[in-house]
Amino acid sequence: MLSRIFKQIGFSVIKPDTDDLLHADARLEVRHFDLWIGDQPILKDISLQIPEHKITCIIGPSGCGKSTLLKSFNRLIDSVDGVRMRGSITLGGQDILRSNGANLIDLRRRIGLVPQRPCPLPMSIYGNIAYGCRIHGIRGRRKLDAVVRHYLTEVGLWDEVKERLREPAGGLSIGQQQRLCLARSLAVEPEFILADEATSALDPQSSKIVEDLFVKLKEHYSIIMVTHTLRQALRIADYVVFIYMGEVIETGDAGQVFHHPQHELTRNYLSGVFS
Amino acid sequence: MLLLTGASLLLVLIMGIGLYMKSAPIFEDHSLWELLSASEWKPFKNRFGFFPFVMGTVWVTGIALVLALPLSLLVAVFLTEYSRAWVKRWFYPALDILAALPSVIYGVWGSLLIVPWISERLAPHFVEFSSGYTVLAGGIVLSVMILPLLVSLFVEIFSTVPQELRDASQALGATRWQTAKKVVIRRSLPGIFAAVVLAVSRALGETIAVLMVCGNLPQVPHSIFDACYPIPALIANNYGEMLSLPLYEAALMFAAMILFVVVLLFNLLSRIILYRLKKS
Repeated sequence: MLSRIFKQIGFSVIKPDTDDLLHADARLEVRHFDLWIGDQPILKDISLQIPEHKITCIIGPSGCGKSTLLKSFNRLIDSVDGVRMRGSITLGGQDILRSNGANLIDLRRRIGLVPQRPCPLPMSIYGNIAYGCRIHGIRGRRKLDAVVRHYLTEVGLWDEVKERLREPAGGLSIGQQQRLCLARSLAVEPEFILADEATSALDPQSSKIVEDLFVKLKEHYSIIMVTHTLRQALRIADYVVFIYMGEVIETGDAGQVFHHPQHELTRNYLSGVFS
Repeated sequence: MLLLTGASLLLVLIMGIGLYMKSAPIFEDHSLWELLSASEWKPFKNRFGFFPFVMGTVWVTGIALVLALPLSLLVAVFLTEYSRAWVKRWFYPALDILAALPSVIYGVWGSLLIVPWISERLAPHFVEFSSGYTVLAGGIVLSVMILPLLVSLFVEIFSTVPQELRDASQALGATRWQTAKKVVIRRSLPGIFAAVVLAVSRALGETIAVLMVCGNLPQVPHSIFDACYPIPALIANNYGEMLSLPLYEAALMFAAMILFVVVLLFNLLSRIILYRLKKS
């Protein structure tokens, strides 16, 4: 997917010759994936296919491995000491687990991340949005201005911050910061967006705004969300993955998993027997 | 406890006042500006120009910083951003040992290795003759001395940068190096500045090591291959000798006071920066 703005202003972060190749098949698939940290197995034999242009919610009790799975998708898990992985996670035929160097950088660009706690980079609002483009070699004031404006508008932040683009991003409210983080990830044109409990640090109103944004964005992006809040999953999920103790217990369309769970563990979790 | 803490603070104050009282006689004959700007050092003729010593100190400290700062930044970036846990486990104690070595050992190392290296290998490329006991030798020895201090301070500062920020940057496709440069170092700038100030004040006051390798000639150095005479070396070499000369003791006390005031100011500055950093 190339956003309209990039077409309008005639450039893309992606190299043109690889563009079609990369986007021909953009499925995210996990096959027999195991992960250990030290000697401790964290994820066991995970197999999944993430549907495109939908919101996939990964649910499960604390410490079940949801966030670890999410971090495996863009290999941020690498920064954890003693991590070992087996199996495969592929994005459009490209094996994420065996990617290195330029491949890994390209993969990470294709999979955006919205963190749990908003974390603006130590620079201005403008600098935050332009950061990704700059590291991918896009220069030129006019182009960057257009990108910044487009993505801030996309997350509904433009009118709120257009007068103070050069001010440090740390000065925004928490809710605004989270939307900034979302805009920042969108600005490198990902196909997937990973959101790790992206609304848990927000007040109800900001949380609602971000949720609505996700629903709006799924038209162009595939969104994978880890959430603790079942009610939130119920509100916005199209597809649900339930993980318990490192294993996938049940997957399926949201309606089916929430209203007719097949597995007893899922039923217990949904009815609040454990959390 | 409070009394003891207060007493130790008072000690600093008393030292400051003591230095001022002891150096006061020299102000009867010479103005402050004259003392600091004159280049002639002839105690027998009652001429006390501190400019060569001030310049000696500035040169040596400057070179030490120029050499140590980039290197220590790179080492700290490697340790916090690239290395695995076992590297850190080995490296940190080694750093502590380096930092704890007595400075006389650095001095000996400098005069045995660095001084001959400069005089025989390096200097002939640039100047006709150099004894090796030079500004550069002092700078190199001092840089090695402040390196462990800088690295451990930088490592501590970089560790305070939240992992989420690194994740956010890498998730956008930034390499570790880009992340280190544009996020970690950028966010740590005030802390880096404070650490540099601390290291500079340590370098300013270093005595034995520089005394052993700088040549100790009271002249304003014109190149890094000239000898120089940093203030601490001046005091350590001469205090206790020739005190029968009028004003000589006062002159040395004034030298000590210059150091005292500069180091105090530097430390205060770095504390203020660190305090602001913590508050924000």
